[in-house]
Amino acid sequence: MASKTKIALIAGFAPLAMFGMAFAGVPLYKLFCEKTGYNGTTSIAKDAASEVLSRQIKIRFDANIMPNVPWRFTPEQSEVSLRLGENGLAFYRVTNTSDHPITAVANYNVTPHKAAIYFQKLECFCFKNQTLAAGETREMPVIFYVDPRLASDEKTKEISQVTLSYTFFEVPKQTVELQTGPS
Amino acid sequence: MAHAAHTDNDVHSDRPSIFNPWRWLNSTNHKDIGTMYLIFAIVAGLVGGGMSGLMRWELMEPGIQVFNGGMWGDAHNYNVVITMHGLIMIFFMVMPALIGGFGNWFVPIMIGAPDMAFPRMNNISFWLMPASLALGVLSTFVPGTGSGNGFGGSWVLYPPLSTSGHPGPAMDLLILSLHIAGISSILGSINFITTILNMRAPGMTMFKMPLFVWAIFYTVWLLVLSLPVLAGALTMLLTDRNFGTGFFDPAQGGDPVMFQHLFWFFGHPEVYILILPGFGIVSQIISTFSKKPVFGYLGMVFAMGMIGFVGFIVWAHHMFTVGMDVNLKAYFVAATMVIAVPTGIKIFSWIATMWGGSIRFSVPMMWAIGFIFVFTIGGVTGVALANSSFDVIVHDTYYVVAHFHYTMSLGAVFTIFAGFYYWLPKMSGYKYNSFLGTVHFWLTFIGVNTVFFPQHFLGLQGMPRRYVDYAEVFAYFNKISTIGYVITAVGVLVFLLMLLECFIMKRKAGNNPWGDGADTLEWTLSSPPPFHQFSEPPVFEDKGGH
Repeated sequence: MASKTKIALIAGFAPLAMFGMAFAGVPLYKLFCEKTGYNGTTSIAKDAASEVLSRQIKIRFDANIMPNVPWRFTPEQSEVSLRLGENGLAFYRVTNTSDHPITAVANYNVTPHKAAIYFQKLECFCFKNQTLAAGETREMPVIFYVDPRLASDEKTKEISQVTLSYTFFEVPKQTVELQTGPS
Repeated sequence: MAHAAHTDNDVHSDRPSIFNPWRWLNSTNHKDIGTMYLIFAIVAGLVGGGMSGLMRWELMEPGIQVFNGGMWGDAHNYNVVITMHGLIMIFFMVMPALIGGFGNWFVPIMIGAPDMAFPRMNNISFWLMPASLALGVLSTFVPGTGSGNGFGGSWVLYPPLSTSGHPGPAMDLLILSLHIAGISSILGSINFITTILNMRAPGMTMFKMPLFVWAIFYTVWLLVLSLPVLAGALTMLLTDRNFGTGFFDPAQGGDPVMFQHLFWFFGHPEVYILILPGFGIVSQIISTFSKKPVFGYLGMVFAMGMIGFVGFIVWAHHMFTVGMDVNLKAYFVAATMVIAVPTGIKIFSWIATMWGGSIRFSVPMMWAIGFIFVFTIGGVTGVALANSSFDVIVHDTYYVVAHFHYTMSLGAVFTIFAGFYYWLPKMSGYKYNSFLGTVHFWLTFIGVNTVFFPQHFLGLQGMPRRYVDYAEVFAYFNKISTIGYVITAVGVLVFLLMLLECFIMKRKAGNNPWGDGADTLEWTLSSPPPFHQFSEPPVFEDKGGH
């Protein structure tokens, strides 16, 4: 092979690799957010915390809906105080105010973002799509605790309150069908 | 420095008539393709510059005078104009001029090569550009939002404005346009890499190459590594819009912020792509008109390499407001400030080159010194903006607009004009009228500074970017800014007059109109150079320069 062809092939491989990297970025970015709590991504825990500290932390609840989703969505309590490591249970009330069933999914984050990595969810309505029939009202639970390691991390130990925020986005019909099969 | 002992000045070669369309459509000649790139860039620059005229006209006074629903459309069309101004100036003016134009013309000559490595690929690289521009312009005439034509989401193309915000076909055309421009640039880049690595004349080692060739070499590497990431992000936008994927759609588990990461991973290297070739041009010119080799040649080479490398790891300083962890911000602040070090090396090396030199204030030299002046101002505001605490305050204000126009609209464009005045006698064979060139320089220098310096104050006062209207308090500096635009526009007319005069008067330039300081290989050839040069490689004698 002529040396100029060889150089061109090597130089041509670089853009192909970078194009692939752009797509590899999608799962990598997701993984990065989950591991580091980046963007306020909360952690998912299987078990309750191993210890409970006496220090209290206040958790505030926030609920949002995209303007095009005809739902009403409110937290049942505006805030709770818990000890670090103690399991908390909170409810959100959601009502479908339209005349047809709607599937939506809640996105979530925790502010301040640096606390997100210590915010552990054991059970949450946000883990899967929620479908509400016309006019249906449902109470949705979230079970969580704040990891006691928050108190020993230099970056986060001054935090005395965190806000858990949800936003409901409508899931497009095609996506629902892709996930569950056509109805 | 460089000296060719043997050249073939076959002036009466097989050069076809300039009126033969096949000479241009089927061209495989690097000089013809370079000329086409330059003409393309001038045309695109006039269009993009005209768009900034519409913006300055609108912003001359508070209230909505131009985009008021009349012949220029409404506020959405203002947004379309700012979007297209940015895209045209970046992809269809600065890049074609510096890389396609001067790169094609002078990289092969400066390294003693007869042509580019892949002349036919060079042809397709160029002819993709008009197709791409046509699609981009077409996008402004088809529905973008529900009611308005064109895409008005700015050149950064952030979703959801570029997905659900613009459901019409305008955005799809724009994506296609940028894909094609990207393919053109990547093919061109592979061509340059192969040419520079493989086709240097005997004796022309990498570290004897002129700095302009090094600048293009770094630039094209930045292109092949960053443009495909934009292509990936654009492809995701396209499938999100048309095929139901959800890369950037939170309802499907996507994240719109990820687009910003992908975009700026391309976008930050892109700004160095726009300025590095200019660095190379300025180095050649300062050296020529100081009659001295460039001070610190090796330092200049490695400074450009470091700017290129660090340019890849600072992208998130464009998005300090998305809610980043404070440690991550600290990293991006520090990494961004590091760029000031190699850039400072370059600025000081240019000044040191002039120091004690036999300086001639010819037209290209004035543009080059003007570049150092405005680029330093842009660099200072850049260091200021690197601080995330300050950036959060002035994010998306006119302070940022002033900053990047000082580096791009003034910096990069000054280098284009510097290179144009430097090489015009070589490319055309004719001397231009220095008086007209000088008038062009001073009108532009005064004009653009009048446009953009007051925008620092507007930004610090809190005037946001990308709005068709503004509060009464911003009226004073906006008026001054628009007056500056008028001065600049007169300068552009003088530039066109200079071109016309040059080609009417036909004053023969001779091989080397600049004298002793101009010692790179292009000055050993006739002006204009023979249609095919260096069919026998020139013998490169190193006089121990640098």
